[in-house]
Amino acid sequence: MENVTQAIQGVPLNHYILLCTIIFSIGVIGVLIRRNAIVIFMSIELMLNAVNLLLTAFSVQHNDPSGQVFVFFIMALAAAEVAVGLAIIVMIFRNTNSTDVNILNKLKW
Amino acid sequence: MINLVWLIPLFPLLGFLINGLGRNMLSKTLVSFVGCFSVLASFAVSVGIFLELNSSETKSFIVPIFDWISAGAVKIPFSFLIDPLSALMLLIVTGIGFLIHVYSTGYMNHDAGFGKFFSYLNLFIFFMLLLVLGSNYVVLFIGWEGVGLCSYLLIGFWFSNAAYASAAKKAFIMNRIGDLGFLIAVFLIFTTFNSVEFANVFPQAANMVSGDSTLILITALLFVGAIGKSAQIPLFTWLPDAMAGPTPVSALIHAATMVTAGIYMIARSNILFTLAPETLAVVSIIGLATLLMAAAIAVSQTDIKKVLAYSTVSQLGYMFLGLGVGAYTGAFFHVITHAFFKALLFLGAGSVIHAMSNEQDMRNMGGLRKKLPITFLTMMIGTIAISGIPPFSGFFSKDEILAHVYDHNKVFWMIAVIGAMFTSFYMFRMMYLTFNGSFRGTTDQEHHLHESPASMTIPLIVLAVLSALGGVIGIPAVLGGGHWLENFLAPVFEVSKSKTSALTLDHTTEYVLMALSVTAALLSMLYAYVRYVRQGHIPADDRTERGLLARLSYHKFYIDEVYNSLITRPLDSLSGFFYKTVDKAGIDGIVNGFGKGAVEASKSFRLLQTGMVGFYIFMMVAGILALLFYSMYKI
Repeated sequence: MENVTQAIQGVPLNHYILLCTIIFSIGVIGVLIRRNAIVIFMSIELMLNAVNLLLTAFSVQHNDPSGQVFVFFIMALAAAEVAVGLAIIVMIFRNTNSTDVNILNKLKW
Repeated sequence: MINLVWLIPLFPLLGFLINGLGRNMLSKTLVSFVGCFSVLASFAVSVGIFLELNSSETKSFIVPIFDWISAGAVKIPFSFLIDPLSALMLLIVTGIGFLIHVYSTGYMNHDAGFGKFFSYLNLFIFFMLLLVLGSNYVVLFIGWEGVGLCSYLLIGFWFSNAAYASAAKKAFIMNRIGDLGFLIAVFLIFTTFNSVEFANVFPQAANMVSGDSTLILITALLFVGAIGKSAQIPLFTWLPDAMAGPTPVSALIHAATMVTAGIYMIARSNILFTLAPETLAVVSIIGLATLLMAAAIAVSQTDIKKVLAYSTVSQLGYMFLGLGVGAYTGAFFHVITHAFFKALLFLGAGSVIHAMSNEQDMRNMGGLRKKLPITFLTMMIGTIAISGIPPFSGFFSKDEILAHVYDHNKVFWMIAVIGAMFTSFYMFRMMYLTFNGSFRGTTDQEHHLHESPASMTIPLIVLAVLSALGGVIGIPAVLGGGHWLENFLAPVFEVSKSKTSALTLDHTTEYVLMALSVTAALLSMLYAYVRYVRQGHIPADDRTERGLLARLSYHKFYIDEVYNSLITRPLDSLSGFFYKTVDKAGIDGIVNGFGKGAVEASKSFRLLQTGMVGFYIFMMVAGILALLFYSMYKI
């Protein structure tokens, strides 16, 4: 167990940042290019968690626990958001028989 | 009694309210009763006040009614001033006003707007009384504007006729030019003397040097106001057009009372004018020019009311000439006698027009003496009075002015006498054309000819008596009289009198002057007799070619045309320019441009709103990235 802790602490901050950026970008691109509402939703979660990971990494780096506390808040918030978001997606599916967001193009000039 | 002065304007105001509100409900009898008796009640109070003032030691009473404007240093009470000048004006306004109200009950009897007419007349009397009674320039100004309004309403009484309506507008607008001068003068008086109350302004002014530039400016501006209200050159053209109103209106407003407001105001401010000799010179020159020009126009007019209108302008010119040479009493004397005989002449003309079924052109009259004996007799008395033939009233007042003018400037006197000759000529011309010879109208009109009802002839008779005997109030010492009027008015003019030299004429000169002016008047009367009775001359048709002078006179020296091309048309085209170019193209262009720009821009920008969620998110991410780069590099 000690080895694992040491091994994690041995990972330099740069790697965390790089990883988070990659995950976040995957999330962004997922949101931008996918049409399935559920996949988009998952991509948003991906972005959120990339940020969470980054917050934790910086928290350790600066020896300041408030970053990790913040992560808990975000996780609670994300849970609530999931509840609402999924409900919306269910409603969309009931109305359009699809989860394709491009069908929802009525709001325009 | 003097404390009851507030009743004087109150009665006509009540009459106005009753007749104005009940104009469609009250019967004609009731309207006439309210209209006439409200003025009669004012007249009764005025007589009481006059008698009390005449017997009292003090000659000036200020009766405060209420505090009107009170803001910091500005304190303008609503208060009335009773002194010889206002007491006499009260008698004229309410007395002649009452006679004309009685006359109107007959004259307007067939008119649909009977109640409206009487309510306007009462309102006019109310404002005229405010003008006369005001103890400061501001209350005077309310009356001044109010009578202008009533004049407008009554000139345009038959407003469905477009020409009459525009005559009313003309009168109102030309008066407005004068009123602006008056208003600025009041402001100047306030900044100079810190008060607009007569009782504060005049004693302060009396201590100023003669020829003080502020005084000259104030008096010149006051005179501008008087020019507008009293129809002098260059603002006189509204008065002849004002004849569009019903004839009693012409008699009351445009002959006897309102148009003399300018003279009243100058006589009231006499001390200011006495100390501004330059303004007085202008006053006398304008008066002289007006009296001659208007008289020259009157000799060739064919509309009976136009003759009288120009005659009024001309007589007002005499009054201003009198004021200009310092004959304040003489000018005011002429206001009184003129009110008598000109009201009489207008009412007589109204009686003729009434009998002729609204015909006003003298070319279609003639031979009315037999049909309208009372009208003829009374108008003859008025004509003799205005011509200045003794012992009728006009002689005394005109002679007093002429004597002062002679003392002041011999050339002015010559011109004024020529004006008097014109006066005598056009008045007798009017009489002969109307009453002598044979009837020239249609047979319908001839059948309809009738003497007017008693309600119209009784005022004529009363006014005729006044015109004949009115001179007794001012018989000069040279003719063995005491000149009661001069003594009565002395308190009003005493400060001015102490600052000017008294009349220096000896009695022989005065006799010669009187003889000359009377001879001149008789000569032109004789000429009129020869031309219009002996030779039976009838003024030519409109289309006939006339000589140069006759054409100038007949076409009123083309003054209206000159004003039209010099002022109205340039103003019109300037307004057109501002309307089409500045407003329509410029301001509207800018405003509409913004609107159109917004529409055009949104036509292309709204295409951004595709409704595609993916696109929105893409734009959002692009925006966030842009912000990110911006904050990173602080572009």
